[in-house]
Amino acid sequence: MSEENIISVHNLSKVFGDFTAVNTISFDVKKGEIFGFLGANGAGKTTAMKMLIGISKPSSGDAIVAGFDVKTQSEMVKKSIGYMSQKFSMYDDLTIKENITFFGGIYGLSKVQIKEKTKKLIEELQLEAVASKLVGSLPLGWKQKLAFSVALLHEPKIVFLDEPTGGVDPITRRQFWEMIYAEAHKGTTLFVTTHYMDEAEYCDRVSIMVEGKIEALDTPKNLKKQYNVDSMNAVFLKLARNIE
Amino acid sequence: MKRFIGFVTKEFYHIFRDKRSMFILFGMPIAQIMLFGFAITNEINNVNIAILDQSKDNETHKIINKISASPYFHIEQEINSEAQIESIFKKGKVKAVLVFQNNFIKDLQTKKQAKVQIITDATDPNIANTITNYINAILQNYLLENNAINQPNYQIQTQTQLYYNPELKSVFTFVPGVMTVILMLVSAMMTSISITREKELGTMEILLVSPLNPLQVILGKVFPYIFLSVINAIVIVTLGVFVFGMPVQGSLFLLALESILFIITALSLGILISTVSNSQQTAMMLSLMGLMLPVIILSGFIFPISSMPLPLQIISNIIPAKWFIIIIKAIMLKGATIQIIWKETLILIGMTLFFIGLSIKKYKIRLE
Amino acid sequence: MRTILFIIQKEFRQIFRNKAMLPIIFVLPFIQLLVLSNAASFEVKNIKFSYVDNDHSAASRELISKFQSSSYFVMVDAFSSKKEANVQMQKGKVDVILEIPNHFESYLVADKKASLAVSINAIDGAAAGVTNVYITQIINSYNQKTQSKLYQYNDNSFVQPQSIITIPSFWFNNNLNYKTLMVPGILVLLVTMLTLFLAAMNIVREKEMGTLEQINVTPIKKHQFIIGKLFPFWVLGLFILTIGLVIAKLAFQIPIVGNIGLIYLFTAVYLLVILGLGLFISNYTDTQQQAMFIAWFLTVIFILMSGLFTPIESMPVWAQQITRFNPIRYFVEIIRMVMLKGATFSDISTPFFIIAFYAFAINGLAVWSYKKTN
Repeated sequence: MSEENIISVHNLSKVFGDFTAVNTISFDVKKGEIFGFLGANGAGKTTAMKMLIGISKPSSGDAIVAGFDVKTQSEMVKKSIGYMSQKFSMYDDLTIKENITFFGGIYGLSKVQIKEKTKKLIEELQLEAVASKLVGSLPLGWKQKLAFSVALLHEPKIVFLDEPTGGVDPITRRQFWEMIYAEAHKGTTLFVTTHYMDEAEYCDRVSIMVEGKIEALDTPKNLKKQYNVDSMNAVFLKLARNIE
Repeated sequence: MKRFIGFVTKEFYHIFRDKRSMFILFGMPIAQIMLFGFAITNEINNVNIAILDQSKDNETHKIINKISASPYFHIEQEINSEAQIESIFKKGKVKAVLVFQNNFIKDLQTKKQAKVQIITDATDPNIANTITNYINAILQNYLLENNAINQPNYQIQTQTQLYYNPELKSVFTFVPGVMTVILMLVSAMMTSISITREKELGTMEILLVSPLNPLQVILGKVFPYIFLSVINAIVIVTLGVFVFGMPVQGSLFLLALESILFIITALSLGILISTVSNSQQTAMMLSLMGLMLPVIILSGFIFPISSMPLPLQIISNIIPAKWFIIIIKAIMLKGATIQIIWKETLILIGMTLFFIGLSIKKYKIRLE
Repeated sequence: MRTILFIIQKEFRQIFRNKAMLPIIFVLPFIQLLVLSNAASFEVKNIKFSYVDNDHSAASRELISKFQSSSYFVMVDAFSSKKEANVQMQKGKVDVILEIPNHFESYLVADKKASLAVSINAIDGAAAGVTNVYITQIINSYNQKTQSKLYQYNDNSFVQPQSIITIPSFWFNNNLNYKTLMVPGILVLLVTMLTLFLAAMNIVREKEMGTLEQINVTPIKKHQFIIGKLFPFWVLGLFILTIGLVIAKLAFQIPIVGNIGLIYLFTAVYLLVILGLGLFISNYTDTQQQAMFIAWFLTVIFILMSGLFTPIESMPVWAQQITRFNPIRYFVEIIRMVMLKGATFSDISTPFFIIAFYAFAINGLAVWSYKKTN
């Protein structure tokens, strides 16, 4: 892990009418880091993330992602990132191969690259038997792994994962995190939102968002020490209670 | 029952919260009735025609004046040669050209017979035919006045009585037609979409494992649309009566019952569509593409069924809209009672049962 | 450009994958064209005719036989009283009742004057008007015939009345074939409905399914995405037009007098208007249901105001002005002008440029209102 910041966020806010979904948050993410972005449902995680990936305009504040300003250079940001949303978002009515071809194509991969990537990806995920099946017929766990791999197709510098393991069984979750680690090893930065606190333990650093604000940000180890508890779950509960 | 009411309430919220759809749903009948009442007519008036007068005498002038005084025609231009006819037709400027030959007055007075040519742009045969008839009538009228000076005539006077719609208002056929099209499409489309939507989003499974039985689920989904369609029917009839002076000769109560019956027929068709559709897209395309034109064209709304070729007259029998149009016209304009329209009513009931039966069968096959 | 091709490929795959949709797109329109074109006619035929003959004379029988031999009327029955006939009219069994009074013949001969009573079911006002014209024509011709006959018996001072012979000539459609008018018109509707509905639903469907968000985080450009999405429907529209024209030619023998290239040129631009409109609807709706409703609403208004079924000239001036904003109106007008009258580009240049302008405006609006970021 280097000390170079690949995401730096400064006083970022998003206001919908009179509701402040994200309230002046600031943080930095280092290159090659697995950054956990935690919070209860409705704490503002997804909204914050949407600003970082350039599909939602910040109401105020700044964010630099992969060297580009999300306010003015959102299309440049998009070239450097991958994204996997909490709602499965491959095309159900296309096959695995066709989905890969399509997303590879719109990220500007060449035909040869698409071919190679497809082959490699299908091998790695052991999807040979179902490669020509419609994605809609796959079990959720497979779909999620596929979606993650597709987000990596164009070898982005940063990958944003929005609750990637929602509704998935423990074994698949385990495998999923192994994929995340493997990717981090290659130097990719991973930005993961989750509300599974056990998953937070896998991250290099975590931030915890409560009601639109970042209430804590450190390594899991330091956070547990700071709050004097033995699990991230307990850290989270303590934080949530403090606010109430 | 309490559960069921809760479910229906939820459905109502779903529907009424969607402001845009509501706007369309209630705006549509009003807009259509207004257009039909005030803008659209299949009567012919103010048709642009051209005159080619090669005789240019007193009598042709008299006739031209008569024509331009009639409300049916507007003399757009006078042309000088037959060669111009084709180009003005191609530009679509005029629908007909009236040609007086040389020596019109001479022929009329000495030979007692003159010739006039009526050239029409017959791409629309209806307009062409009507124009020809109207010009003919004007010419006959002119002759009658001329001849009457010479001698008295034998006369058969025809007293024509126009039943049910003495002023020949086209809105009298349009109101029942619009009502039928709207009730049919809204009911069939809304139900089929809202059921397939739940299927597509996966929420149908949740409903089906709930303590509600499938029948209640479907009824719950359909119920709000009955309500909506009844409101639409009331709006349309009210506009027809108060804005366009349409009579309701028969019983309003019978009209209401028959309308509800037709709404249920349309809803059950919607349910049937939803059982054969795998996505909202399919359901919508099936109900819109499949129903819209047949309901407009084959129901007797715009085109008279009795003039269609026999095979189409037979096909028109399977269009529920046809029967409903007969029913409303009979009740509103002829003051018909159930004794007169029992057959049509039975057909609608039969169709409803058929749609429901088929839906249940399809539904069961899928569950197995 | 390559990016666009990938989207086009994906869209085509999705269209052809949905087995339930294929017949709706590729079969239903043509069945409708074949069937409905036969039905769409304002001709009034098979009028159900009945009579009450109180005179039972040679004259009355002759009059009735005139109706019997007319191709417009179908003889239903003779009734002995008007009351009986009226009941049948209420039941819808009878459209016209001709009542011939007592002494019809003797009055005609003695007083040179006789009267007849005709009752017409006028619920369908337009049809009743036409029916009335037919009846008047038959009675007039009967009248003329008896006139000359009676004059020959009675009068020596007979002066031959003046008459005008009208020679009708029906251009572009000699035998007044309705299909000539309706086939191109219905084809226009089918092309329009299919492409508008599919385009309006297309993007909003991705919104609803969540895949649009995935697209929005890619570096794809707005115009690439939109062109890629709409191109397949543009092709589809031209395809439907082609098959429709083939059907018009082969099944209905509709003449294609003008330059077929001109029809394609116009349709190509026209489809841009329709697709842009669909896209615009898609941008402003959240669910397919809403999109469909709006598309439906617009189509119905457009159809009614298009001059397809009812003439635009008969509308009041304000309504005629409104039709200027109706793309279907121009398409109906132009396809008829080119196909049936052989109009050339200079004849249709004004509507062509209007449509081109609309295409430009609506697509501009649609691209502008499509937001990758909100």
